[in-house]
Amino acid sequence: MRIKQILIGMIASVIAVSSYIEMAIADLKFPMLVYRTGAYAPNGIPNADGFVDYYKMINARDGGIGGEKILHPECETGYKTQVGVECYEKNKKDAMVFQPMSTGITYQLIPKATADGVTIYSTGYGRTSAANGKVFKWVFNAPVTYWDGASIAVRHILKQNFGNIKGKKIALVYHNSAYGKEPIRTLETLSKKHGFKLMLLPVDHPGQEQKATWLKIRKARPNYVLMWGWGVMNQVAIKSAASIKFPMENFIGIWWSGSENDVLPAGQGAHGYKSLTFNAPGTNYQVHADIKKFVHDKGEASGDGSHFGTVLYNRGLFQAMVQVEAATVAQKIHGTSKITPAMYRDGFENINLSAKRLEELGFKDFAPPFKISCENHGGSGLAAVQQWDAKAKKWNMITEYMYGDSDVVQKLIAEDSSKYAAEQKIAERCN
Amino acid sequence: MSVELLNFIETVLNGLMSGVMYSLVALGFVLIFKASGVFNFAQGVFALFAALTLVGYQTGQVPFAHLINELFGTNYHNWYASMPNFLAILLTMVTMIALAWIIERLVLKHLVNQDPIILFMATIGLAFALEGVGDLMWGSDVKVLDVGIPSGGSIWLEEATIGLAAEGSDYYGMYVDVLNIWATVIAVILVVSLALFSQYTKTGRALRAVADDHQAALSVGISLRSIWILVWAISGFIAMVAGIMWGTESGVQFSLSLIALKALPVLILGGFTSIPGAIIGGLLIGVGEKLAEIYIGGYFETGALENWFAYVMALVFLLFRPQGLFGDKIIERV
Repeated sequence: MRIKQILIGMIASVIAVSSYIEMAIADLKFPMLVYRTGAYAPNGIPNADGFVDYYKMINARDGGIGGEKILHPECETGYKTQVGVECYEKNKKDAMVFQPMSTGITYQLIPKATADGVTIYSTGYGRTSAANGKVFKWVFNAPVTYWDGASIAVRHILKQNFGNIKGKKIALVYHNSAYGKEPIRTLETLSKKHGFKLMLLPVDHPGQEQKATWLKIRKARPNYVLMWGWGVMNQVAIKSAASIKFPMENFIGIWWSGSENDVLPAGQGAHGYKSLTFNAPGTNYQVHADIKKFVHDKGEASGDGSHFGTVLYNRGLFQAMVQVEAATVAQKIHGTSKITPAMYRDGFENINLSAKRLEELGFKDFAPPFKISCENHGGSGLAAVQQWDAKAKKWNMITEYMYGDSDVVQKLIAEDSSKYAAEQKIAERCN
Repeated sequence: MSVELLNFIETVLNGLMSGVMYSLVALGFVLIFKASGVFNFAQGVFALFAALTLVGYQTGQVPFAHLINELFGTNYHNWYASMPNFLAILLTMVTMIALAWIIERLVLKHLVNQDPIILFMATIGLAFALEGVGDLMWGSDVKVLDVGIPSGGSIWLEEATIGLAAEGSDYYGMYVDVLNIWATVIAVILVVSLALFSQYTKTGRALRAVADDHQAALSVGISLRSIWILVWAISGFIAMVAGIMWGTESGVQFSLSLIALKALPVLILGGFTSIPGAIIGGLLIGVGEKLAEIYIGGYFETGALENWFAYVMALVFLLFRPQGLFGDKIIERV
């Protein structure tokens, strides 16, 4: 009797599991590599919340993408490269796209995902030369790359100095990792082109102690400081800059060094600090109204909903929107809602987020329009400068979206990607 | 005076001040190791937990709010707008004492007479558990900690030293962060109080007796358990002070627990059993890493010596004096 019961139970379980698997394959799987714990959690959480809230909103408002629900399993990486790779291996089956949320993890996943036929989307981070779609078929880093970012920061400085920065000193304070080292090559090339002196100042993980770095800056008195930081490194750097009375309006961070978390601990000292950005902060957008209506008001907010509208939350929304749009485009191209990972990649390569399309998606004036093509996986290359108002506790956009130095950046991308193609024996496509 | 010499003095001064911050963390390790032979890996998390709790009390945050809201569908976040610093610090101290008691009841009591490695492993587990509890209780956001300690470069020092450089030289005075000056004053008060407590009070003498010899202390009627609770509570208090100092500098966030790693080379240099050792070790490490970063950092392509040079110093030191500057000499009898 007992054996019979066990057998019936086992058969029932097998039927239940197989029907679940069938259902899961029909859905669209967007695995999330997140870091909700560890030293970088304060940045990882709002960003992940943005993703989750957007996916939930699409599922609730539209019934998914073309009727297919979005599955978004989370895997905790703790911002550790090795764990990120394990998360990828665990979740890669039937996955449409991976957003590694770490340049180190992105570098490790590029060859793996290329071999497995899985799309990698590193929004404004990762390997810059992946913008060359002729070589990096499965990797996208639109709308803007680190090398664009470096040249946009220099362009902003040029504008402030009436086009002449010869003899000026610019220091780069950077996270001593694959991420932080990305802009060095571009800045070295730009320093030759414009005649400025470049100081390189690495800061090791996590960046809790930077006194010697800022003593060096105090002695050398650079005219400008650029920062490629992440996590506690940003907060300590901004506070240290304020402490040595470095003029904050001459301190410019990359878009990952420009969230509320980075400036609030420095209090009034952070007033005037600048950072680049490729998306707007705030909640005055249709997408926020929809998320509020379909997710938050139903008590379904990711986390406690306290990050709603912050810089990193909004970036998560933007990243998720691009990923969802790729699926929509893929469904249109292939005439089916049940797309495969290969079809999804085709969708990504044909994204056209025009101003009109952004408005339709609830992102009017949220980010500049951009297009992805077979050759260009890096998008528009546009970013703006935002400045922190410590009294009002808010970021203000102080420039229009602007291009970097495409002559320099495109040449470097071509050089680096051809080197990679030669190493990996990749034949260029899109011809 | 030449600008180079003034810059050198400035680097040494800043190194000393940073060293005091490391010593604050190392002190907690030394106290527990002396009294119970346990190398408390969780000391960094203690500092984090204390700082999180302090901000929580200051801002009236409801502990475990996220969990409560998730389970009961409620929307509690804060139960009052703010609390005076003094009261918040007092409540945090009470919490740290309660934590010491819980640790003794749940962990240490069950591991009496176990090998030191077992106790060490237990503290690793404790570190992860406490970090998780801290996350659940207070959330993972970066929190602004302000207990009224001033911070920023000292204008007085800058103005007082600007005239020391030769006339016409490009010098703009010496820089020291006021927060670090406060940390130094607090560390001195802390060490003097600890010395007076252990020298002139009955409990302090009992504490020293336990540190010298557990068995002998037991034989004269000293309660090992109450001494352990006391020591863990004191090191919890020191962790709170360290948490306040570090948290004021960077905001309270989970990377704060990694400051424990800064204390390891300090302990190797100063010895695991000496309070003056923790102070001197911290100062040596602080000065060493700042001088290395500024004067030889440029010769290394990778740079960022500030973070790892302390370990190089500690390793070199181990070759010549494995017990540390002030540690008990290791005597092996054959």
